[in-house]
Amino acid sequence: MLKPGAGWLRAVAVAAAVMLAGAARAETPFITVQSTTSTQNSGLLDAILPQFTARTGIEVRVVAVGTGHAIRNAMNGDGDVLLVHDKAAEERFVADGWGVRRFDVMHNDFVLVGPVEDPAGVAGGQDAVAAFRAIAAARAPFVSRGDDSGTHKAELRLWKLTGLDPVAASGEWYRETGAGMGATLNIAAGMGAYALTDRGTWIAFGNKAGLDILVEGDPRLFNQYGVILVNPARHPHVKAREGQAFIDWLTGPEGQAAIAAFRVGGEQLFFPDAR
Amino acid sequence: MQDFAQEFTRALGLILSGDPGLWEIVLLSLRVSVLAVLISALIGMPVGAVLAVYRFPGRRVLIVLLNALMGLPPVVVGLAVYLALSRSGPLGGMQLLYTPTAMIVAQVLLVLPIIAALTRQVVEALDEEYAEQLRSLGVSRLASVPTLLWDGRLALLTAVLAGFGRAIAEMGAVIIVGGNINHVTRVMTTTIALETSKGNLAPALALGVILVGIAVAVTGAVSALSLRGDVEALRHA
Repeated sequence: MLKPGAGWLRAVAVAAAVMLAGAARAETPFITVQSTTSTQNSGLLDAILPQFTARTGIEVRVVAVGTGHAIRNAMNGDGDVLLVHDKAAEERFVADGWGVRRFDVMHNDFVLVGPVEDPAGVAGGQDAVAAFRAIAAARAPFVSRGDDSGTHKAELRLWKLTGLDPVAASGEWYRETGAGMGATLNIAAGMGAYALTDRGTWIAFGNKAGLDILVEGDPRLFNQYGVILVNPARHPHVKAREGQAFIDWLTGPEGQAAIAAFRVGGEQLFFPDAR
Repeated sequence: MQDFAQEFTRALGLILSGDPGLWEIVLLSLRVSVLAVLISALIGMPVGAVLAVYRFPGRRVLIVLLNALMGLPPVVVGLAVYLALSRSGPLGGMQLLYTPTAMIVAQVLLVLPIIAALTRQVVEALDEEYAEQLRSLGVSRLASVPTLLWDGRLALLTAVLAGFGRAIAEMGAVIIVGGNINHVTRVMTTTIALETSKGNLAPALALGVILVGIAVAVTGAVSALSLRGDVEALRHA
């Protein structure tokens, strides 16, 4: 049997070097924000957060998941601030004592995208509910987030107004992806299906292959974002001071200006509306 | 595919020019997965070897269980670790959620069964071969474990690399317990997933090819180094 060879020592040395290279990271104050995929996939947060960090020295760590998932994580205490877009669920979150107070931050709108061939013939319309009815009547493929996200909730509200139950056709023309906005748009592009998306993610989305905006401008497609400090009374470890500083900045003149200044291809994606 | 060729060249350029953002992601991936594999090997090899040389009641059941755990779905491990490390979970006070440490913990749970199960196989085969000889030299079962592990080191290296392959390639667990936070817990697989979800398919694939290339290169280098070490040792033996 052999003695330990030099090659083994070298391999371990390489491994150790790799680890040391990544170690030692200065601890700066930070907050964790539970947010939604649209704010991350659109590039908004990457654009505005460095400005907040430069101003306050507070690093912002973003966990981007669907709104429903983000709210769950925040209820578990796994975040200091919640930045999402489902007003009804946000108000419930505060009313149930999980959040301190809800502030409006910004809005944009949802749009119905679909294949340019438009088998359901909805293009150019402004009535989202009528368009949903036409899609269901044509049994044209429709891709739903199916993940309890803000966009999914908005979509379900529209279906409710049609009086139809698309989930009954789940697996047929109605496809629930259970995935983020971008992943769902990729699937819609791949299948030539209709999908409801927030305009921000859509504009920034890089794989529009054969899809286009078919219905927009319905007041029922309004998409409001809100920000809430997770209640320190429920979770004493919440960084209330730093979290509130972030909320104050985001809803103050500087943060609002940063949101308004964020453009993709010259287009404004989010419209600040804090009061 | 012209699009892809262009993106590939661009991504390769970023890597070669030492783009700090990209290298940060590569190094974090390697740090998390290498540490997870080292920890798994330190625990898994002795466990596998003991399972191989000792006979006790329930041993067969343990071996079947260990083999089955090799197929643990990463997303299940991710969920379990999330529930444990969440502020509302039993270990929430340790403040490990959304840190590289949490990702290492999850990957250890994925890699440990692989290394332990493969070690058990390797050592059991060697034990069958050498048991008589070792016993005649008066070596106890426990004392024979290091000898057998050393003798099987080439096969065990394959076990370790299999574990590394599992760790570096998985995303289901690290995205849940790490949160894919920029500059903190963003690794190769979660970056590729994020770019894909932005619809940047060509850059995502280009990045994927390069990052996978780096992982393959690391694996290849480790194998080559140890093989060469062994050849040298043989020559001097």
